[in-house]
Amino acid sequence: MKKVVINGDFAASYGALSAEVKFIAAYPITPQTLVVEKLSELVSDGELKASFVKVESEHSAMAACMGAEAAGVRSFTATSSQGLLLMSEVLHWSARARLPIVMSNVNRAVGPGWSIWADDTDSISQRDTGWMQVYVENNQEVYDAILMGYKISEDPGILLPTMVNLDAFFLSHTSEIVEMIDTEDVRKFLPPYDPKYKLDVNDPHAFGALTSPEYYYEFTVKIHKAMIKAKRKIQEVGKEFGDKFGRYYDMTEAYKTEDADIILVTHGTIAGTAKETVDRLRAEGKKVGNLKIRYLRPFPDEQVYEHLKNAKKIVVVDRSISYGKEGAFYSETKASLFDYNLFVPTYGMIAGLGGRDVSIQTIREIVKTAEDNEPNKIFFIGEKK
Amino acid sequence: MIEIRLHGRGGQGAVKAAEILAKAAFYDGKIVQSFPFFGVERRGAPVQAFTRISDDPIRVHSYIYEPDVLIVLDPTLVGAEGIDIIEGIKDNGKIVINSTKDPSDFEFHNKNGVQVYTVDATAIALKFHLGSASAPIVNTAIVGAIAKVTGLVSIDAVKKAIIDTIPRYKEENAAAAEDTFNNVK
Repeated sequence: MKKVVINGDFAASYGALSAEVKFIAAYPITPQTLVVEKLSELVSDGELKASFVKVESEHSAMAACMGAEAAGVRSFTATSSQGLLLMSEVLHWSARARLPIVMSNVNRAVGPGWSIWADDTDSISQRDTGWMQVYVENNQEVYDAILMGYKISEDPGILLPTMVNLDAFFLSHTSEIVEMIDTEDVRKFLPPYDPKYKLDVNDPHAFGALTSPEYYYEFTVKIHKAMIKAKRKIQEVGKEFGDKFGRYYDMTEAYKTEDADIILVTHGTIAGTAKETVDRLRAEGKKVGNLKIRYLRPFPDEQVYEHLKNAKKIVVVDRSISYGKEGAFYSETKASLFDYNLFVPTYGMIAGLGGRDVSIQTIREIVKTAEDNEPNKIFFIGEKK
Repeated sequence: MIEIRLHGRGGQGAVKAAEILAKAAFYDGKIVQSFPFFGVERRGAPVQAFTRISDDPIRVHSYIYEPDVLIVLDPTLVGAEGIDIIEGIKDNGKIVINSTKDPSDFEFHNKNGVQVYTVDATAIALKFHLGSASAPIVNTAIVGAIAKVTGLVSIDAVKKAIIDTIPRYKEENAAAAEDTFNNVK
């Protein structure tokens, strides 16, 4: 184990290094650029024994990763915002082809107005591609989520790619302490990728052929079932990771929710700021808790219900909006509760769009808004009139 | 948790100063976080950077609005139009300014317990040939003063952090930090 002070982009690069990826194709875009720079440096210095292919677009980056992965080679890429959107076609393709690629996506707003700042619209808009989506809170989790991501994705019963989402600047350009795991120890946790089916000139197969209505339906259902199965795997891998390295992960993380009247539902860096605020509000006598949601896909319905079932008010914070409806995390959370016939006052809080800072003061305002208003609708926190 | 906000101009190295400060505190066994103001930096334009130092895990990820310590790398930022340098400074906070003036020359010195400290980091940077005469890089010099005034980081950790962070003229930068450490007013 070695502790270093690095930014979130470097944490992603070191995650790929520790996972001993063998193939990287990437195209730089702010604020992901440092991921690509560090990886190319690691490869050119011989520290990471991998092929690094410079490509002309994000679409090509993912297409190249698909080729490598189909040949049985562990692949990595990174992108952000418009880059992720350009990849959209091949995001669907890579998931449906059951290629367990891991990619870090730096959550950045989409234009116009042109913006390089934090916002979840990019990844949320790719929710239905078949990629598992994990949202991380700090740089340690960036690194850890990449290692766990390969383990979960490469499981023969799952074989679906993982997108590790980190907030633009609040992680990508923020330096924090990250504990890196020794390669030998990573190997005991994450064995080399050796898929049963792969492109091999000595054992020729064709993949992705024309699929008639007779088969397409079942292909699709299999992907859904694999994604559902991944819920258990995510928990198992999170526990194994904790047993081996001391940091435990699950699909959600509940903080002081058990006796809470008001429970915040957050993800990404906002979850950390929310936990800090929970402690301050509790010191003032308010029973507030926080449920951090790590996975948007697969969505942790069971855990969301379990942790929220005793709350008097549920307050979901989104850093994006589905125009004409509400924030995605708000929709998903409500749908989980509905499935369990739980009807509790809920609040959808839209905050931090386009990199607007979500501070302790913002979280206080969110809690106050829920205290002072009628439920079951959305609120725009900090909107200038 | 101690929160530090640094003000400088693009090219002076405020962002690196925040990083060096964080690394130094890390070497001293603290939990740390540092980050720039997320903008589109240009040489000469006002910039901000931030450092948090704590004994406990740092969970908050937002800008710093009520700093315990304020660092000013460029004296022309004090009183500059459109910038309220001391905004949010906590009572009894500390302000380190790169300036040839005395602390008492600043009107906010001794108000609400705020203490101003000054050091001629520009002269020290020039003495060690850091940057050019027209654009001296004062970041490593100012970090030495911060170590002395706040006691948040040891000078040995600062020097190690400088050597690990600065790509060139490592020894000169470390010497500049030591110089200000001994000369801050």
